This record gives sequence, C-alpha cells and structure tokens, in this order.
Amino acid sequence: MKFTIGWLKEHLDTQKKDNELIEKLTDIGLEVESFENQSSGLDSFKVAKIINAEQHPNADRLRICDVDIGLDNTVKVVCGAPNAKKDLLTIYAGPGSIIPKNNMKLSVSKIRGVTSYGMLCSESELNLSNESEGITELRTSKYSDKIGKNFFKSNTEKVVDLSITPNRPDCLGVRGIARDLAAAGAGKLKKISLKNIKKNESQKIKVSITKDKNQGCTIFGSCLIEGVTNKESPQWLKEKIISLGQKPISAIVDITNYVMLDLNRPLHAYDADKIDKEIIVRNSKMGETFEALDTKEYKLGDDMCVISDKSGVLGLGGIIGGARSGTEINTKNILLESAYFTPRSIRKTSKLLNIDTDAKFRFERGIDTQSIKLGLSKAAELISEICGGKVSNFDIQQTDKHEKNKIKFNISLFEKITGFKVNDSEIIKILTDLGFEVSKKNLELDLKIPTWRPDITQPIDIVEEIVRIKGYENIETLQPEKTKIKDTLNAQQKLFHFLQRSVASKGYFETITWSFTDSKINKIFKENLKEIKIVNPISSDLDVLRNSIFTNLTFYLKKNLDRGFKDISLFEIGPIFKGSQPGEQLTVIGAIKSGKISRLNWNEKDRIVDVFDVKKDVIQTLVEAGYDRQSFFVRDKSPSYYHPGKSGSVYLDKDEIDPVAYFGEIHPNILKKLDIKTEGLVGFEIYMDYLRENKIKLKDLKTNFEYSDYQKSERDFAFVVDKNVKAQDLIEIISSIDKSLIRTIKIFDIYEGENIPEGKKSIAINVTIQSSEKTLEESDLEKINKLIISTVETKSGAKIRS
Amino acid sequence: MSDIKKIKDEYLNKLENDLNIESVNQIKTQLFGKNGQISNFFKTLGSLPTDERKKFASDLNSIKNELQDKIDSKLQEIETKEINSKLENEKVDVTLPEREFSRGKIHPVSQVIDEISSIFSEIGFSVEEGPDIENEHYNFTALNTPDNHPARDMHDTFYLDNNKELLLRTHTSPVQVRTMLNGKPPFKIIAPGRTYRSDSDQTHSPMFHQVEGLHIDKDINMGNLKGCLNYFIKSFFEVDKIKMRFRPSHFPFTEPSAEVDIGYEIKDGKIVIGEGDKWLEILGCGMVHPNVLKNVKVNPDKYQGYAFGIGIDRLGMLKYGINDLRAFFETDYRWLNHFGFDPLDVPSNYRGLSR
Repeated sequence: MKFTIGWLKEHLDTQKKDNELIEKLTDIGLEVESFENQSSGLDSFKVAKIINAEQHPNADRLRICDVDIGLDNTVKVVCGAPNAKKDLLTIYAGPGSIIPKNNMKLSVSKIRGVTSYGMLCSESELNLSNESEGITELRTSKYSDKIGKNFFKSNTEKVVDLSITPNRPDCLGVRGIARDLAAAGAGKLKKISLKNIKKNESQKIKVSITKDKNQGCTIFGSCLIEGVTNKESPQWLKEKIISLGQKPISAIVDITNYVMLDLNRPLHAYDADKIDKEIIVRNSKMGETFEALDTKEYKLGDDMCVISDKSGVLGLGGIIGGARSGTEINTKNILLESAYFTPRSIRKTSKLLNIDTDAKFRFERGIDTQSIKLGLSKAAELISEICGGKVSNFDIQQTDKHEKNKIKFNISLFEKITGFKVNDSEIIKILTDLGFEVSKKNLELDLKIPTWRPDITQPIDIVEEIVRIKGYENIETLQPEKTKIKDTLNAQQKLFHFLQRSVASKGYFETITWSFTDSKINKIFKENLKEIKIVNPISSDLDVLRNSIFTNLTFYLKKNLDRGFKDISLFEIGPIFKGSQPGEQLTVIGAIKSGKISRLNWNEKDRIVDVFDVKKDVIQTLVEAGYDRQSFFVRDKSPSYYHPGKSGSVYLDKDEIDPVAYFGEIHPNILKKLDIKTEGLVGFEIYMDYLRENKIKLKDLKTNFEYSDYQKSERDFAFVVDKNVKAQDLIEIISSIDKSLIRTIKIFDIYEGENIPEGKKSIAINVTIQSSEKTLEESDLEKINKLIISTVETKSGAKIRS
Repeated sequence: MSDIKKIKDEYLNKLENDLNIESVNQIKTQLFGKNGQISNFFKTLGSLPTDERKKFASDLNSIKNELQDKIDSKLQEIETKEINSKLENEKVDVTLPEREFSRGKIHPVSQVIDEISSIFSEIGFSVEEGPDIENEHYNFTALNTPDNHPARDMHDTFYLDNNKELLLRTHTSPVQVRTMLNGKPPFKIIAPGRTYRSDSDQTHSPMFHQVEGLHIDKDINMGNLKGCLNYFIKSFFEVDKIKMRFRPSHFPFTEPSAEVDIGYEIKDGKIVIGEGDKWLEILGCGMVHPNVLKNVKVNPDKYQGYAFGIGIDRLGMLKYGINDLRAFFETDYRWLNHFGFDPLDVPSNYRGLSR
C-alpha cells in the first residue's frame, strides 16, 4: 500500500513530523517497508540568489559567486556563466546533487584554485528547456520570497510504502491509515466533505441480483452519469496516480482508481451505451466465456459471480471488468458500479481462473459494506467536476442487510492476555476512535464492530486492537521460569545428536541438502521405494522427494570433485521418504568417502578408500552409540547401488529383520552414469528408526564391573577353509565353544595362493583364553585347544593347517 | 693383609681406565672367578688361626664389596655411554609432518539448533519434532488458516497431490498442533526442523529451517513471551544487552501477534548485534489464537500462552557472519570446512554455547 504524506493529511489533521508519523505507523502494526522519494533527488535543487559576484583571480571567464541558499551563511560557487551577476535569482544544486541532463553527481571541487560548493544550473542542465547559454534566471516577482526552497515542487513528496497484513483491508485505503493514526494519538481524523451534487435523473438501467445459491454479490449500487467528456486527468490527479507508481489512463479510470486508493472502495465504470438493456448479477454457467480488460479470454465454470446484460457476461464481479463494456476516451455515458462481493466467492473464482487484480485483492480481504454510497458520491462528484455530465440517483440493490457485528468484551481479558492494565476510559477511547460503538455495562463492553473491520470477530481481536494502539512497549518483560515439564530430548533425539557428532568425529563434513532431488538421480538410488512427485517443483531437476540421501550426496560430491578436491568425506543426517503421507519418512545418516587415504604422505603409503574403511566407521559409530559389537551380524546383502561383492548390511542381532546399516563400495555403473571421476568411492547408511532404544542404561552398565586377574593365554590357529566360508561364521563357532573361557578372537591373516589348494583360503586366528576362576593349567589349555580345532573342523569343513 | 690391599689398589686403578664391557667382565673374572684372586683368598680363610681369621675375613669382605661396587658402577657408566651414543644416531627430524589426521565438521545449522536447544533447555523447554510432509489440515486449517484465507497465499506451498491435500510443511507450526493433540496442558516445547516454500532467490531458499516455540499454561501472558524471547536472544548472541522491539503484526494462528526486531549496526563492514540504530526483523510471535486451542481440544478459557517462530538459518547467518543463505545448502567443501564446527564443540550450558 503506497501513499504520500500529503495525501494522508487530506484525512488526518496532524502537527506531527513525517518521521514521527512513520514511526507511529510501525508501532501500531502498519509496517513501513520504505519511505522515500519516488523521483530521485530533485529536492536538492534550491532557489538561490547571487549576493555578490567577483572575477576569478586565475581565470578570465569564471566568476566567484556568494550565493544565498536560505541558510545562515552564503556558499561560494565558481560559475562560468556570463549572466551570473549580483542579485540574480537562479537555481542552485548542492554537492551530492545529480544533474538531470547528464546524471553527473556534484561534489565539492577546486576550480583553478578556488573551492566551489555546488553549482548554478542552466535550464538545459535541468531539462527544463534547451537554453544552455548562461544560468537560469528566475522572475523576482515569483521567486524572491522562495530563496532556499526546493525548486521542483511537485516531485518532492516522499512516498510511504506499507506492508499491510491480510487482516487489515481497511488500511488498503489512505483514510483507514489516517483513522488508525488518529486513534493512536497522531492527529485528528478529518470529516469527509462531499459536495451536494444535483441528482435529478433516475438511474435508467435496470439492475437485479439473482437469488442463485452461493450468490457472491449481496449489494450492487449504481449511478448513471450522462453526457460526460472523458479526457486526460487534471494535473493534481495525475500526480497522485504517478506518485504511487501507477500510470494515469483517463479521467474516468483515474477517478475510480483514486477513490479505491483513497477509501478502499473499488468501483467499476461501464460505458453505459455498451450495456444491452439491463444489468443482471448472477452465477455463471459452465462454458460461458468473456474477454476481460486484460485482453484475455476467460472460460468460466459454474457458479462464478458475473455481472451480465442481455447479451452475456460483462465482467467478473469484484475481480475484473470486460472489454466489451469498458470506458474509452470518447465514452459519453457511464454507469458507475459500487458493489459488495463476498471474500469467499472472490477467492474461489480468482483461484480457479488464476486472476490477480487490485480489486480482487481488496474484495478477498473484505470491503466495507457501508461504503457503497460514499464511493458513488465521491466518484460522481469528481467525474461531474472534471468531465461534466448529469448524475442520476443512486440505485442500490441489496440482498443482505449486513448489520454490524456485536461482541461482548470482558475488560479483564485485556490484562489477562497482555499482563498490564489500561484504564477503562482509555480503552473506551481507543475503541471509539477506531470506529467501534461502545457501551459499558459493569465490567463488560458491548461493542458494535465497524463495518470496515471484517477481521474482528471475537474478544481476543479487541485485546489486540487495544494493545497495538496503546503500544507494545507497555508490555512488561518477565523473567523466564525455569520449571521443566519433561526432559529436553527423548531417547531418539539424543541418539540423533550423538550419531551426528560421532560420524563427524570420523572426519566427515556434515552437509545439509534439499529434501527433494532430481528424479533422474533418484531412480538410481530409489530401489523399490515409491517415487514421490512434487506437483509444483521449484525447477524440473528438483521434482521428487528423495528416496535416499545418496541422491544429493553423490550430486554434490561430483561438484566438489569438479572443484579439484579428491579426498572427500561427506555426510548428511536427515529425512528420506517412503510415501507421500505425513510420517512416511525415515531418518537416515548417509555418508560417502572418495579418493585415497594418506595421499602424498611422507611416511605412510597411500591407498584407495575401501569397503573396510566405511565398515569401520559404521561399526565404530554403532559401538560408540552403545550397541554391543559382539551381537552384530553382517550379511553380504545390500541395495543395488552398492558394489555387489564389496558391500554388506549390519544387523544389531542375528535375529533382527531390518538391517540398521549398509556399507560398501558404490557400484561402478553409478559412477559412470553420474560421470563421477574418482579413484574410489565408498559409503554407508545408518537407519536411525531401526536402531532400537538401548534398554541398558549407562548407570546399570557401569555398576556391573567384572574382571579377571588370572593369567591369560594366547593360541594361534590357521584353518584352511572353502573360499566362501565367512570369517564371521568361524568367529561365531569359536566363540560359542566356551563363552566363559574364550575372551577375544582375532583374525590376523587371510591367505590364498601357493601351498593352499584351489578354491580354498587360509584364515589365521588368534584366540585369547582366560578363566575368571583360576589360572589355567597346560592340560586345560590343551583341552580347549583341541576342542577349538575339532569344532571348527566339523562345523565349517575346515582343516587345521599343520 | 698388605697383599689384599695391593690387589685392591691395583684393580681400582685398572678400573679407572677407559674400558669396554668385555674388559670389565674380564677383571671381574680375575677377581671373583673360580680361581679369581679374591676368591682364592676366601679359600685360605679356613687355614688361618681363629684370632686372625675374624679380622682378615672382615677386611677381605670390605675389599670385595668395594671392588664389586666399583665394577657395577663402571658397567653402569659404560652402558649409559653406549645408550647415549646409540640415541645420538637415532635422531629424527621432528619437524616433518605428523601422521595424517582427518577432522570432520558439523554444519552450522546443526550447531545452531544445538545452541537453541541448549538455551531453551535452561528455561524448561523440551524438543518436539514432526513430519516434513504434512496435510493441509495440520499446516493450515488447524492453525486458523482456512482454505479461503488470504494468508495462505503468503506461503508458497509445495504440494504433493493435485487436490492440495498433501504438502511440504511451510512452517514448523504444525508440530504445535500435533503436540497439543497428543498431550495435555501445560505445554512447553520448541520444535526445530526443515521447512519448505517454493521461493528461490538470494535471500530465499526452497528449504530452510525454523524453530517453533510454544508455552501454554493457565496464566502465560505477553509479558512471559517478551521475557522468554529477550532471554533467548541475549543468550544466543552471547551479549549482555540487546535492543529489542516488539511490533504488532498478524499471523492467523496468534492473536495478538508481533514481529520482533533487534537493533544492530554495521562496524567495519560487519554486522554487530545488540546496539545501533538499525532494526532487523528476526522472528514472529504472539498469543496462541483461541481458535487454534479449540482445534486441538484445549479449553481457551482455562489455558492460554504464546508461540513463536524463528528462522534458524537466519540466526546462524547473523551470529556467524554468513552472507548467503543459499550457500548453506550447496555443499561446497571449502564453505563447510570454514563455517562448520568441530564435532567436539557441543554447545552446553556449563561449557558455554560457543568457544
């Protein structure tokens, strides 16, 4: 909402300075977006008088002028114009001014050794005329008392731009803003003065509102003005329209716009001669079409509120007029419409047809139901004044009385909500100034709501009115209470934060990427999950919700590789989506690692990242989070985007159904598809939702401290097994032989090749044996030794290597 | 007697020379070996008369000890010398680089969420979360923003179906609704999370983060709201004083509503929070609208309270001098390295929010 302070003052009698008004606007909830000159810097050109003109000591053609610019001291200006002489009235531009002709910015400068503060301008430099011989000479009779004043008058007004919240349609008109300011003590709201124009004729065009179901129009006021001369608007009106950044069109259009901006009363002017017999306000029928003022042809559906005549649709009520009945410069007779359309109907129709107009914006938010006549009067007055013509009586068709809403307001609610008290009398004054009709009954106020405030429907709205006018600075700042209702984080949230930092501590950079991604990349990683399309994506390459975190991670990995980075470790913890219903999402950690370990290191040999790097990171993270490594179970199954032979899945327990993590090399085909160039790429995913809560709390774990001081013994074994026998199985076989004696099992060598038969491999295992009851004797050790060998041999088909 | 004294002096003298381990051991054998000189004297003890024997034995023992000590210390000396000379040869250039270590980083948004949680934890708030996909009811209708409400246009919503039933939440406020529907008052929660609007330019990104706050009890008023936010802003920016301004505004789900500005100034091209004559809008808040309370089955005649919504990314930008919102989500390794935090820097009350 834009307006000028001058315009505001047509409604507000105030002594306040501009900046005070601006501050007040913000204080009462009318946020000032900007307050600046519409035209740039023309107020730096002042009427000035040359007090004295001397010859420049170093230049024949230059003079040094002492110039009166209305300040206590004169300024010195060096000027080359032959007509610069004592007592001349001219135009002065100070340092910082921008000369319209060449857009040069003036600064204080030395001219031939003499400092000049600004310049005296020629008419041509100001684009006033082509006269460039000498500086402007102003008539003494007109300008002698204007020294120091701005030369350009009409453009000096600053424009206020307010951001009006959707609940305040009344402030979409200058008068509404003035009313709010007056209520807040920034002045007095002026009465609207209307000239009494003669209205002898009757309104000859019949108007009717049909009784359709959900009829969107409840009041239709009209007035016929015959014999007008449409023309260019007078200067004052043009300036008003221009000052708000709009384009003047013709007097009639400008007047209707002016009334809308002034009173938030949208009007529509029809060329009365183009109306076929009568006006019928009715619901549209499916398939009806009409050409609107925006020159587009609209195809209507059922039940849209249209203004029509015998030949068809003239316009969409409260949204846009039609081309057929629009006014033109040679229009002779006009029908003025001032109507009320319900917000619901406006919103429905404009959404279906996708039309956004100024009128729609206003009706959608709610127009004052009692502004019908005021709008007609104001516009008719201006039209007859500017364009002449005979004004008819007003015809008002109305299907709803629109009586004022009433609210009972218990005064104590104010203090209960805001925490501070305001006198009853002050409350009554604020509400009265805002247009409420107030009567007090004991502790209650009976309120009639002003018709321009459709947003006010219940007592809490009244609290807001009082507190915003009284000022939010009156609300006390109370110390926060520290009482806690429940723990800050629940178990799952604690785990989230733990895992996040645990993964980061292993050298990964955390990133945050969109929850959506490119469907082409998503296809690579989505497995059997459903693709979830966004109906209105921000761009076609962000068109689906991600089914995997790897979608975006690989995309950004490539970007970083292209930046010249090689060894990259990235992770993200966030949602992936399984379906389009709320809650059909999982929280997943996705991490990837590219390039080499120990690249260009003087004392360690570099190697390409491999599956066991990420396996370590996964397992360590899970162990740090409190899960028992001994019960983990690893399978060689993993999603298809991993290398089938170099990836796996981790289960917290052998019996669990869902793996908690995947890890492995990324499938080489994917690198090719995404054009990722790196020596190696591995990754892992941890599914937080499948990580069951650790039932054993730390305090329980810690109290249970058991250890053995008896001597440990270590034994090494080398088994030759089939190549497809898994290390994990051997370990499980050995560890289950005697859980009380076998403490640790380590695999310290894997060997294939010479001395080992085809299709076999040798696994070297170190076992630590210790009892918690006694020191084991050689015979005990020998016994367990033999047991290990025989059990492994029977259960896995292994042979001990001699 | 004089014999053994002579031997003693002779050997002590010998041991003064620069010897190696072998020659010391040789001396040791010459003295204490099977036929060593001292050993032989001990063998003669038995043949001496009783009165002499005692004296001689005592002298012999003391000489033996003296020589033994000398030999031990000589051996020690040689060993030390040998170790020292060995160490001398083992010297490395310790200015060579250490073994490679990798250092991960926490994204500034995560860090800021932890900071926020830590601050609100201090004044009794707990953390709630909700789904990223919402239906239109939780995101709008229950929050007093019915279908025909123009405020819906202010949110550029991403939809997942043509009926506009399913959407990506445009704010974290639906968590309020879910929390209140699933529990009984009082409520004292914050809800940080991802939010989405189909808006993309230098200052808007289609995904961003918000933290919602909600405190509902019997007598929570706007003074409590002001106090809570004042405490939060001061703690978050780690300043003693903060210039704050509450401006009336409008949100369908709160009434009265306010926007909060904080004072700032530009010093040496950097934004300084807390002082100065410029205002920066940082959050929206208000008293929860009675219609919202009714929608979640909380009696508005008995309970009231406030809610607020803060842009997390924006807070992070202000605190840590990040200029471009879009950069948060572009995964530039250099950016992550620079603006990321060490994973060990966990914001907490006792250690402080940040270093």
